[in-house]
Amino acid sequence: MANLPQDAGKEAVQAKGWLKAHKWLLLRRVSQLGILAAFLAGPWFGLWIVKGNLSSSLTLDVLPLTDPYVLLQALLSGVTPETTTFIGVAIVLLFYSLVGGRVYCSWVCPVNIITDAAAWLRRKLGIRGASHASRGTRFWILGMTLVLSLVTGSIVWELVNPVSITVRAILFGMGLAWLLILAIFLFDLLVARDGWCGHYCPVGAFYSLLSTWAPLRVSAGKRDACDDCMDCFNVCPEPQVIRPALKGAAKGIGPVITANQCTNCGRCIDVCAQEVFRFTNRYSTNPKADLKPAETVQPTGS
Amino acid sequence: MAESNDKPKSASRRQFLSTTLKTAASVSLMGVGLGFYAQRANALPPMAIRPPGALPEKDFLGACIRCGLCVRDCPPKILSLAQLGDDLPTGSPYFIARTSPCIMCEDIPCVKACPTNALDHSLTDITQARMGLAVVVDHENCIAFQGLRCEVCFNICPIRGDAITLEYRHNPRSGKHALFIPVVHSDACTGCGMCEKACILDKAAIKVFPIQMAKGELGHHYRFGWKEKARAKHALVTPDPKHRYNLPEGVKYDLQGKGLIFEGKQGAAPNDTPFSSNPLDTLNHNRRSGD
Repeated sequence: MANLPQDAGKEAVQAKGWLKAHKWLLLRRVSQLGILAAFLAGPWFGLWIVKGNLSSSLTLDVLPLTDPYVLLQALLSGVTPETTTFIGVAIVLLFYSLVGGRVYCSWVCPVNIITDAAAWLRRKLGIRGASHASRGTRFWILGMTLVLSLVTGSIVWELVNPVSITVRAILFGMGLAWLLILAIFLFDLLVARDGWCGHYCPVGAFYSLLSTWAPLRVSAGKRDACDDCMDCFNVCPEPQVIRPALKGAAKGIGPVITANQCTNCGRCIDVCAQEVFRFTNRYSTNPKADLKPAETVQPTGS
Repeated sequence: MAESNDKPKSASRRQFLSTTLKTAASVSLMGVGLGFYAQRANALPPMAIRPPGALPEKDFLGACIRCGLCVRDCPPKILSLAQLGDDLPTGSPYFIARTSPCIMCEDIPCVKACPTNALDHSLTDITQARMGLAVVVDHENCIAFQGLRCEVCFNICPIRGDAITLEYRHNPRSGKHALFIPVVHSDACTGCGMCEKACILDKAAIKVFPIQMAKGELGHHYRFGWKEKARAKHALVTPDPKHRYNLPEGVKYDLQGKGLIFEGKQGAAPNDTPFSSNPLDTLNHNRRSGD
């Protein structure tokens, strides 16, 4: 029995209690806001934990981190960065290759809070209508931004990138950035479901490439317990990734969500009253063993 | 969401191709639009000065990843990142000399903080920074040009006596005083903006501009005769014939010295002029010596 989109998660709250039905959502908000707080503790209270922003930062004066996507654009523009910058990029690449690139989207990026809010309101108001654009558009935009850097010799995308503009608005001063943030909220609310993050954002597209071999995965381990309530499809920002893992048993597809578009947000785990989903690692389950997932699924160490 | 698999293969392939083409075309269009937008949006207004060591503006915009580490490490906190809606490239660092000039830290922490060399790490001596160039833009309102003693820009300059010097000129208004005119020298000025900040006018008469805006450039074919002569150690053109003034006998003229010199008639009465009161004498004299 399929639930209405506006009722997504209600059954889970009844079955597991509110806290457990919002566990990963709360953890993600703590992560997203905690990262911003770590950046803001310096300018606000003189407590310097992290300097800079998500493009490049220095934590506790020792740990350099640099966004590989923006550095790639700078490299294409023809720059020679410092050695420590490459170390910072390597750390970021390694981290997201392990936990899944789009963990950046769901656990770090503040735009996610805005688009999640839009998606929530969209469900509650019962607004329908899918995007006309393909979810592959973001890869074309990703390519376009790289070509523009190469051709113009300047990082053109940073003039308009909503992700870095939002981060800078919070950390360095708002300016007119609220207009852009509002525009993205309204676009996601009224025009297209998962409009920005799911279709256009080249930052997410870049990080999804790092997800391709990431060990940390969500698995529909107990998929035979699925009662087709559709709650996971309704809350998932990339619902196309769930189908093969959840419904692919007959075709011999394993229960692990391997699509690199999955953001590892864990919201499907939260809203499932049947507790079908859980975090696992991609190697712990093989397709043959998916009928007895509880024995094969192990909590990941990363 | 997911495409139906029931369609014939060729139809779904056609649909895939058409979707792909549409996406590619719209994204390319978006890219062209963004490229044109960037040309306008990348313009830097003259009052916005880049931090020390910044690469030439075009290279800077390719190198700066807008992380704000320079802003955070600036001790006097003069740097800002451009916000959306500001007149300069979004997210790029700058300062406004009139309100918050660069204090020229000896260890240049902003440059050290830069992860991409957009602020060039080869800059280790802050006096070699060229953030911009101070220009005394308004000679009409600068009170030094009125003969008043100010010299605030000269005195506040961190490279005092080199980047700005005072040039003494005759004050034609009073006839007996000097003008103390501030003159900026581009070989020493770092463009820190202390002078612009300190200028006592309501709107500064001395302003820091981006160097490419402040500096003229001589045509490369141009040669100064006296420099070439000094280099070659002899005149490179036929020497000019000595200039001769058309003067009465016993009179000489020194252009840059005393003016008219009456030879052998010292102590003569002022009205004892060598010029005849008869105009015909002058005309005949000219005809005699006209060669």
